[in-house]
Amino acid sequence: MQAHPVINDFVVRFANVNGTGSASANNMFAKAIFRMGIPVTPKNIFPSNIQGLPTWYEVRICEKGYLGRREGIDIMVCVNAQTMKNDIAALPSGSYFMYDSTKALHQEHIREDLHYLGIPLTAITQREYSDPRQRLLFKNIIYIGALSALIQLDMDILKEIIVEQFQGKEKLIAPNHQALELGNQYARENFECPLQFRLEHRELLGDKILYEGNAACALGAIYGGATVAAWYPITPSTSVVDAFADYAAQFRVDGETGKNHYAILQAEDELSALGVVIGAMWNGARAFTATSGPGLSLMQEFLGLAYFAEVPAVLIDVQRTGPSTGMPTRTQQSDLLSAAYASHGDTKHVLLFPSTPAECFDMTRSAFDLAEQLQTPVMVMSDLDLGMNDHLSEPLQIKSETKFLRGKVLTAQQLEDIERFGRYLDVDGDGICYRTLPGTHPTRGMYFTRGSSKDEYASYTERSDAYRQNMDRLAKKWETIKSYVPSPQTYQADYCSREGMAFFGTSCHSALEARDELNNSGLTLDVIRIRAFPFHAEVVDFMEAHDRVFIVEQNRDGQMRSLLINELGIDPQRLISILNYDGLPITAKNILQQVLSSAGHQAATTASLPGVSS
Amino acid sequence: MSFIKPNFRHPGHKPNALGFLPSDYEGLLSTLCAGCGHDSIGAGIIQACFELNIEPHRLAKLSGIGCSSKTPAYFLGNSHGFNSVHGRMPSVATGANLANRDLIYLGVSGDGDTASIGMGQFVHLVRRNLNMTYIVMNNGCYGLTKGQDSATADKGSKSKSGNANVFQNIDLAGLAIELGAGFVARSFSGDKTQLVPLIKAALNHPGFALIDVISPCVTFNNNPGSTKSYDYVRQHLEATATVDFVPPADVIEVNYEDGAEVDVTMHNGSQLRLRKLQPGWNPYQKDAAVRALHEASTAGEVLTGLIYVNEVQEDLHVMLNTCERPLNQLTERELLPPLQALDAINASLR
Repeated sequence: MQAHPVINDFVVRFANVNGTGSASANNMFAKAIFRMGIPVTPKNIFPSNIQGLPTWYEVRICEKGYLGRREGIDIMVCVNAQTMKNDIAALPSGSYFMYDSTKALHQEHIREDLHYLGIPLTAITQREYSDPRQRLLFKNIIYIGALSALIQLDMDILKEIIVEQFQGKEKLIAPNHQALELGNQYARENFECPLQFRLEHRELLGDKILYEGNAACALGAIYGGATVAAWYPITPSTSVVDAFADYAAQFRVDGETGKNHYAILQAEDELSALGVVIGAMWNGARAFTATSGPGLSLMQEFLGLAYFAEVPAVLIDVQRTGPSTGMPTRTQQSDLLSAAYASHGDTKHVLLFPSTPAECFDMTRSAFDLAEQLQTPVMVMSDLDLGMNDHLSEPLQIKSETKFLRGKVLTAQQLEDIERFGRYLDVDGDGICYRTLPGTHPTRGMYFTRGSSKDEYASYTERSDAYRQNMDRLAKKWETIKSYVPSPQTYQADYCSREGMAFFGTSCHSALEARDELNNSGLTLDVIRIRAFPFHAEVVDFMEAHDRVFIVEQNRDGQMRSLLINELGIDPQRLISILNYDGLPITAKNILQQVLSSAGHQAATTASLPGVSS
Repeated sequence: MSFIKPNFRHPGHKPNALGFLPSDYEGLLSTLCAGCGHDSIGAGIIQACFELNIEPHRLAKLSGIGCSSKTPAYFLGNSHGFNSVHGRMPSVATGANLANRDLIYLGVSGDGDTASIGMGQFVHLVRRNLNMTYIVMNNGCYGLTKGQDSATADKGSKSKSGNANVFQNIDLAGLAIELGAGFVARSFSGDKTQLVPLIKAALNHPGFALIDVISPCVTFNNNPGSTKSYDYVRQHLEATATVDFVPPADVIEVNYEDGAEVDVTMHNGSQLRLRKLQPGWNPYQKDAAVRALHEASTAGEVLTGLIYVNEVQEDLHVMLNTCERPLNQLTERELLPPLQALDAINASLR
């Protein structure tokens, strides 16, 4: 009996073995759906391993445009014997299980409530190909071909993607096309096509792009004028610098001399990487590093120096699951506290929270302006989910006459015109002082940069009043910074509820979906997406305007909630944590359930909410 | 001990070719202990920069943390300085040099700053062959925390407390040679005649140049039994050669004594003339240089002078193929891709 069709709203999960070429086939699957004009969210769930361990690729297709991860799998494509038992056990009743039927399924793998789609992938490749590598790789293409028949994935688009993918290696196009056809044909001949879950062409995506956050950060660094990149390899940030190297090779090589208008240095550790960035920005070049939690821990010492000596620096922190080594290939938003207050003594740092690749691009680009204008480190707080997965995003944009905002840097002429230069003299009353670059003027503007206490003229001092004056000026600068950082995104013209929900970064997609679901069941929440630390005045306003605010975040201890309480003096009772910290991206269902079951919530809301039953 | 720096300068001091007086290369009054070897090294740096006609603002001085790392405040007051964090000056210097390859970089560090907490950064700095002069003010102890042994303290050397150091020492000069440094020298803070030409030569070397300067700590490591005391070092000095630095413009008068002299030509045409004292030592040969260091160490002697030189090495900018123009001078014009590039990137992501 055929159940009624489900169009453009389901989840396909691929279970593969790391290092078998499945990634490019799976990417092609997601890209083809994207080109059919249907919102799609692919996510890699991969091991900390190069070859041999299980890896999954989960694709959510959602006509309504919700881009967060969704629980539940509708179609499982399992080409990994190691995980088959668990993959089958994880399936909800009524879902489809595609597998390599060259060998019969073990009795223990048979579940009465599943639909089995056996395709003899190994047998077909043994029959059709002689090269062992091709036999391995084409299994992946064959199951994509089978899916094209089963869920109406457009075969022409798949073929077109293959043509693009093998530009310059044209002789590989025909065998790939053939593998697609083999799978498609097998499915048509052996199964009733299409399945209940199927695709239909739409035009829902406009000019959107499908892009990885890490590559977007790298391109943002290119457009931000970065000339020095120093780094130490660490998952999941490595592809930021890899992409920067690719873009720099494309855009930053002098056509005449063949010389580079950039320098990329792989340092001996993260301490050194940030030291290089600080040295370069002290000397007037725009520089950045990309890292993740363990690297951020090592950078604490230098972050304190840059804060106190007021040297600009740009860091891209692609957060992963901590603490310590944690789960290096799983996502989390758990570096907030160690980034916000990095280093000993009284320190505070500027954080930016991108949610999409377009925002990774914009925020990384503007991080260089902010760091130089504010003369302090600026950290772009991405995460593994955003950085290493393709995301549907607005296209990248830049103003036609982009100028770098270099902040208060004195020229030789300006030094001639002032009576006495004081590096830490608050001339403008905003806490931000003027700096000079080495080599600017033969006799003026020299100063000594140090991490020890100094007076307004940068001379070493242990005078309590001078130390305190400097610390107070840094606090004043922090107040100034609040007007420089990006304002939050709000999603309603006026507040319409006494309750709100705040979120940031990659939690936003599932949070917005949960907001809509809650609204459908009669619970209206005003929502806000925090985009920066320190908190913008609009964030303060939102927190003040609501009796209770749910704070959605992907860590165990409610780090954003702690920051809000600590910085804004909010009564902790008013901020309710909605948390996910299992290393997988948060889902709307999870948020919804936590909101509905939150202590005190039902008493406060059910009376006025007929749609919500307790 | 002085607390006011006198304004009086020797009336006979003449300006250098740029019109700067020696006092233009001085810094603040030192706050180190009276008689500290580090101040003699600072004086050597001042003299070397004055005599080399360096424009003070074209030099950046960088340091880590410790007595040695305080000294950049006491010389070259007209140069930008960066007193960074403990043991991390190499990375800051690397970034600074990448940003502007046109300046001269002078790093000052100590034995704790370099051989212990900063060892990781030091060895990788050498590997990168960053174009800079790196002076270690080496007193074998931690002065600011009252005299603990450092990693360069010789095994068996006694500190002021009377305890002999039980750990093997690290020889920074030998290590730097092993790591591929192109200019490695050792000197003594009490031997300005040797030190000043070595600093000049190091500043002219087109890559990483290390000068390990034994610099006695008068307060914590100048006692009998210490191998870094003034008395011990004076008694056990063994120079590789006498050193003369000849700037490129000067006429070189060659006075060869058969086999006794080595002229080292620097990249800018200047020459370093060495009159050999050590039989078998050859500054161009790594193995001979390392052997000479070992032999001197075994004999309880301090081998000083230019120990190894290889002036034909590629510095970091060559390795990274960076443009001749300093990166910090590139503007939007060079750095921003053409406008239509972003459209093409967007199109490629659909």
